[in-house]
Amino acid sequence: MDAAELPGSGLVTATTISIVTARKVAASVVDPEIPVLTIDDLGILRSVVVGEGRVIVTITPTYSGCPAMRQMEDDIVTAFERIGVEGVEVVTVHFPAWSTDWISEDGQRKLRQFGIAPAVSPQDLTCPRCDASDPTMIARFGSTACKALMVCSSCGEPFDYLKPF
Amino acid sequence: MTITSVTSLLAHADDNMVLAQRLGELISNAPELEIDIALGNTALDHLGVARALYIHAGDTEGTGRSEDDLAMFRTEREYTNLLLVEQPNGDFAHTMVRQLFFDAYQMELWRDLSTSSDTTLGGIAARALKEAAYHMRFSSGWVTRLGDGTEESHRRAQHGVNALWRYTSEMFEGEAEQYHPAWSTTIESVLIEAGLEPGADPYQRTGGRSGFHTEHLGFLLAEMQWMQRSYPGLAW
Repeated sequence: MDAAELPGSGLVTATTISIVTARKVAASVVDPEIPVLTIDDLGILRSVVVGEGRVIVTITPTYSGCPAMRQMEDDIVTAFERIGVEGVEVVTVHFPAWSTDWISEDGQRKLRQFGIAPAVSPQDLTCPRCDASDPTMIARFGSTACKALMVCSSCGEPFDYLKPF
Repeated sequence: MTITSVTSLLAHADDNMVLAQRLGELISNAPELEIDIALGNTALDHLGVARALYIHAGDTEGTGRSEDDLAMFRTEREYTNLLLVEQPNGDFAHTMVRQLFFDAYQMELWRDLSTSSDTTLGGIAARALKEAAYHMRFSSGWVTRLGDGTEESHRRAQHGVNALWRYTSEMFEGEAEQYHPAWSTTIESVLIEAGLEPGADPYQRTGGRSGFHTEHLGFLLAEMQWMQRSYPGLAW
């Protein structure tokens, strides 16, 4: 990390921050519900623009019912404040609508390691613990709006499945 | 649709806001844990749609009204939601029939609006369409099971259909008439599978879109809005 990016260094401002740094800062914000995933992994980070003394971060919300979206907006602002950049604007763009296809391959791998089956089609779904296929759905609506609850047919462990969307 | 009217954005936002509040009443009161979670998640989806539409309505009208202004500081006469969504939850069968009627309507609505030239509305609709389909698998599944279940569950499901039928025509007023045939086909097929009869009530209640509501909305808004009205601008 550059000295300019160190917390509290105060060396960067909305005027002097580089686009590369700004992009890196925005991309480091994680989903509060699934902290292994960054907003970049999720595919909701649409653009980061630096110019005229302002930083504008554009995101696209995931599921309508996701209460984490507001938190992520606040976290983006805080991430910039931590390196001394104040007044970052977070813009929400609804079009085109987000889809689970926007989650990066890296993101899908991290989800699986975290114990959540990524949003593959139901016939390709395997247990994130033992890789067995043909799990059974316990509940279509899981612990959060984005997940269904499954149980593995082989190891018998329940696991979350990110709804393909 | 080239210009999105604030009136229609608010009507759709109000539908989702009011139904979210109704479903929210069931959190910790549903028949079983999984249903509780399902209804809570469904309520959250409706709330999320309402928020996005309120923000877009505020931006479109350009008077600086925020989502909170629109949700918390409009009166019963200013709310233009459908009468269907403000109806009390009743028993579980009643709740599921209400949800089915509304989900089937929203499927057609969002499918249409997802191609809107107002791309913000189009994006909100495209997302809501997938959610409506997910909600409808739940509501149609339950209506089928209840209708085709025990004598008691059948009786209750049929009662729900009969009691709520009078609020269905209102969904198809004006431009929304185009959604009626597809809605009827969907509902008919679910009811047939459930062994239920469509409603026969020729008396249709309307007025919600003009701000004339049944006696239930005032109580719902009073409960939902009292905190902001007592302490305007209160935040977490």
